Amino acid sequence: MPKILKKKKTASEIVAAARGLKKVTANELIDGIFDDFFELHGDRKYSDDEAIIGGIALFNGIPVTVIATDKGGTPEERIAKHFGCPEPSGYRKSLRLMKQAEKFNRPIVTFVNTSGAYPGRSAEENGQGEAIARNLLEMSDLKVPIISFIYGEGGSGGALALACGDQVWMLEDSMYSILSPEGFASILWKDSKRADEAAEVMQLTPEALLKQEIIEGIIPESNSHRKVCKEIKKILAQELKNLTSLTKFELVKRRKERYRKF
Amino acid sequence: MQLFDELKTISKKHIKANKKAGEKVPSGLWISCPKCQQSIYHKDLGKYKTCPNCYYGFRIHARERLEWLVDTFQEFDTDLETKDPLNFPGYKEKLIKAQQDSKLNDSVLTGIAMIDDVEFALGIMDPYFIMGSMGTVTGEKITRLFERATQKNLPVILFAASGGARMQEGISSLMQMSKISQAVKEHSNAGLLYITVITDPTTGGVTASFAMQGDIILSEPRALLGFAGKRVIEQTIHQKVPDDLQDAETVLKNGFIDNIIKREDQKEKLAWLVKIHSMKGAF
Repeated sequence: MPKILKKKKTASEIVAAARGLKKVTANELIDGIFDDFFELHGDRKYSDDEAIIGGIALFNGIPVTVIATDKGGTPEERIAKHFGCPEPSGYRKSLRLMKQAEKFNRPIVTFVNTSGAYPGRSAEENGQGEAIARNLLEMSDLKVPIISFIYGEGGSGGALALACGDQVWMLEDSMYSILSPEGFASILWKDSKRADEAAEVMQLTPEALLKQEIIEGIIPESNSHRKVCKEIKKILAQELKNLTSLTKFELVKRRKERYRKF
Repeated sequence: MQLFDELKTISKKHIKANKKAGEKVPSGLWISCPKCQQSIYHKDLGKYKTCPNCYYGFRIHARERLEWLVDTFQEFDTDLETKDPLNFPGYKEKLIKAQQDSKLNDSVLTGIAMIDDVEFALGIMDPYFIMGSMGTVTGEKITRLFERATQKNLPVILFAASGGARMQEGISSLMQMSKISQAVKEHSNAGLLYITVITDPTTGGVTASFAMQGDIILSEPRALLGFAGKRVIEQTIHQKVPDDLQDAETVLKNGFIDNIIKREDQKEKLAWLVKIHSMKGAF
C-alpha cells in the first residue's frame, strides 16, 4: 500500500501494536541481520539472565557485539525471561559484553523491547538501580560505536540502560517512554484505566520522539519480518560506516553532545 | 414481652463524642516515627529532625539541611526554568507551589560549600519538591554542578532524595539520567571524588543513575533506597515483601552502600572524607 494511504495510528494504537504478538522477535532479528551469531552467557558475578541475549556475530563481514532483550515465545520461556524484563544480572551481562567489545574494537548493536527493568524482590536485593546506573556511567565513554534499535516497548530506565549510545532508531510500531501509560495514568491521575489518554499526552510515538531529537529515525514495519530485518540492515550498514569513520575521541565527544542538549 | 426496652437502654448511639474536642489540642505536638512507630515529642526531634529512638532522619527541605551541614555556601543556577516539554495540564501551577514551599527553582539545590577549610561542590535534593522528582532543570543543575567541579578540581557531595524521574516532563526527564551520568564519568575520569548520601526516600531513575554512581555511597539511617516501588514489586511477584526490603540497613547488607551515618555526624565525617582524598599518598 502506498504510504500516503496508510491511516495514521493514534498513540494508543501504537502502544497496542508495540506489545502485539505479531512483533518480530529477538531471535528473528539476530538471524535475519547477522551471520554466525555465537551466544555468550552470564554476568561473571553470579547469574545469567535469560531476558537478555548477548553474543558476537558478523555483520557484512565485520565482527560486532549483539545484545537484545527477549520476551520469549512459549509461556515457559516468557516466565523464565520475566516477559522481557531484565534482572540486574542481565544489565551486568550486557556491560561485560560491551566492555569486551571495546577491548576487541567491535561496534555494539542493541535491540530493545522491554516494558522496563524487572521490578521483583530478587531484582531489588541484587541492586537493580546500581546495575542500570553502572551501565549509564560506563557506556557514556565506551570507545566503540553503540547503535540501538527499539523494536517494541522501550520502557524507562530499563530500556535506557541498553540504549544510551550514539544512535537510537525505532520501528514504526514501537514506543519509548518514561513509564508505561498505565503507570503514568495511575501515578498522575490515580486511574490506570486512563492509559489511552496518557499515551496521547506522553509523546511516546516514534514520530513525536523524532521531533524531540530523542531518536535518529524511524524504520518502516511490515508483516514480513524478513522485510523488517532488511530495512534494519540497510540503516545499520550506512550508520556503522559513518560511526566507524570517526576517531574514538570524536565518537565519545559526539555521544556526549547528543545527551548534553536535553 | 421484650426483656428490655431497647429505647431505654444506653447503647452506642446514645453516647456522642464531642467532635470538636480534637480542635482544643494543638496538632503536631506528638509525632510518630514512620519507621519505628515510636511517639516522639516534637521538640525531641532536635535541629537535625531525627528520631531519638531509631535515628531515622525525617524528610527535610534542602535549605533546612544546608543550615547545619556547611559553614559557607555559594549557590548556582537559581534562575533556570523548565520548558514544560509535554505542556502538561496543571504542571505549571504545581511547580509554582513547590517553588514557594521550598524556596528553590527545582528539586535540587546546588553550589560550592565549605566546611572548615574544606571546599567541595554540593547538591542537595528536596524530597518535598514534587516528590523530589527529577525534571529537566534538576538534571541541568546537577550536570552543571559536575561540570563546574571538574573545571575547578573539586570533589562533589550529593544528597539524593527522589521519587524518580519526573512524569510531567516525560522522556526528557529520562534523558537526564544519561546526561548526568556523562558528567559524573568525566568528573571521575579527572580523578576527582564523588560522595553520594542517600536520604529518605531515594528511588527510581535517581537510584538508577547518579545516586548509585558515587565512589563512596553513604546513607542516613533507615532511609528507603530502591528502584521499584513496594506496591509494584508486590503486584509483580504476587507476594508480600518485608517492610525493610529497601531500608538502607538491608541494602548495606546486600552490598550496595558503603556506610550509614547519622545526621549529627555528617558534617564532620564528610569533611574528613574529602580531606583524606586530597592528601598525597605514598606513591
